[in-house]
Amino acid sequence: MADKRTTEAEAVAELRDGMTIGIGGWGSRRKPMSIVREILRSPLTDLTLVTYGGPDAGLLCRYGKVKRLVYGFVSLDSIPLEPHFRAARQAGGFEARELDEGMLQWGLYAAALRLPFLPTRAGLGTDVMQINPDLKLVASPYEDGEELVAMPALELDSAFVHMNRADAGGNGQYLGPDFYFDDLYCMAAKRRFMTCEKIVPTGDFLKEGTLHTLRVNRTMVDGVIEAPGGAHFTECPPDYGRDEAFQRAYAATARDRDAWDTFKADYLDVTEAEYQQKVRAR
Amino acid sequence: MSDATRAEVCAVAVAEAFRGDGEILVSCFGTTPAVGARLARMTFEPDILMTDGVASLLANVDPVSGDDPEPVVEGWTPFRSVFDLLWNGRRHVMMFASQIDRYGNQNFACIGDHAAPKAQLLGMRGAPGNTLSHKTSYWVPNHSPKVFVEKVDVVSGVGYDRARALGPQTARFHCIHRVVSNLGVFDFATPDNRMRLASVHPGVRIEDVVEATGFELAIGDDVPTTPEPTDEQLQLIRQAIDPKGLGNKEVRV
Repeated sequence: MADKRTTEAEAVAELRDGMTIGIGGWGSRRKPMSIVREILRSPLTDLTLVTYGGPDAGLLCRYGKVKRLVYGFVSLDSIPLEPHFRAARQAGGFEARELDEGMLQWGLYAAALRLPFLPTRAGLGTDVMQINPDLKLVASPYEDGEELVAMPALELDSAFVHMNRADAGGNGQYLGPDFYFDDLYCMAAKRRFMTCEKIVPTGDFLKEGTLHTLRVNRTMVDGVIEAPGGAHFTECPPDYGRDEAFQRAYAATARDRDAWDTFKADYLDVTEAEYQQKVRAR
Repeated sequence: MSDATRAEVCAVAVAEAFRGDGEILVSCFGTTPAVGARLARMTFEPDILMTDGVASLLANVDPVSGDDPEPVVEGWTPFRSVFDLLWNGRRHVMMFASQIDRYGNQNFACIGDHAAPKAQLLGMRGAPGNTLSHKTSYWVPNHSPKVFVEKVDVVSGVGYDRARALGPQTARFHCIHRVVSNLGVFDFATPDNRMRLASVHPGVRIEDVVEATGFELAIGDDVPTTPEPTDEQLQLIRQAIDPKGLGNKEVRV
């Protein structure tokens, strides 16, 4: 088994302006935030971001990194509306490709299975069709002849997911209640990076979770990054819950330029190690 | 005269919206829908399935404050299986509406033109797929002409006029069942599926509803009053379902 251990810096160094990236997790849950912070520190721009959006979308939009956002929602869960995302949206800061959240899954799944599209009813009769003018319909070739939306494959240049545990070979384990769509992000992408709370010997996986928690296998991953606290401030149970106080502070900076500058200087214009140290010292 | 609060009246109206649903997943957004669904489950719809809001189906009825001392898990519902289940149709969702029109077209995506919104809201979320896949109802805790509008700015949930335009095949699972607001209960039981005032809550006048609605409602000659909670229902709400009275914080009378 190849040793795929790498770093956030090396993974993000592969990205280029204008690329399409997918970020796993859901809302403010198990997001690969150490990767997001690395992208914020980089000069990358004009990204297309595909996400079940949380603070990944909020921060990348706030920094003006996003040219096009493909999403069904952007939420901090305990704070239903992501204020940085909202501000960027209302300022016309990016192209909003808003979809039904099931269509997003279908797009990732189509890309994962190397199909051009998957059919769905979702979107018909709504403004999803106007917002995404390139969406096309397809008629069932069978007797029913039903007209459906042909949700196109959402092919990703790179995908980033965060797991509780991984081995150095790229097998991943989630220990929380939901695996979200992380396997689909990986399968939809040309390059796939997995951060994790802890790299463990392969033989240790089943000490912490059942067979069913091994949702990501090494065919789906090119690089493994040990990033303890890497999902902070989003939740990563059972390792840690959401840092609600930190998230509230982050959200409040959307309305206050000075608070944002301070927050950015304290937590974003620093290395990941400094970030983790400052979070522990709070 | 019962001492029920308006929130409690609304919760009973929500419970009634789930009557007859049987063995399907009920998903609720907002406190009052969560109270009402639990009330239905504890009384006349015992077969309803509900989640803990994360990824477990609970066999017991937990309080809406979320601090269930002993959850009994009967199933696993990660988002992946919720999507499968909803496309499969065995679900009744009660969603918010930031705007809703006379045919039940719903918006919670944004206010203003989608290309340049005045206020970005939740986004499309699952509304497009939900409304074409299974029974959908809406909960509006702040009935006003800003919510009940002539035309929604963005269509996220499909209403009856648009469903009709899609044709009987595509729209065969479409059903906007009820709209429950802090002022009354509404349905679409009219020849062209325009919204109808089904009942007014105790203490609300029909004129109040008309004034707070930005389009012309269908109003029959004899509009009933929404039933007051029974003593048994009040006891369940206050002791088992919402002992902290969270519903009363959500409903502005």
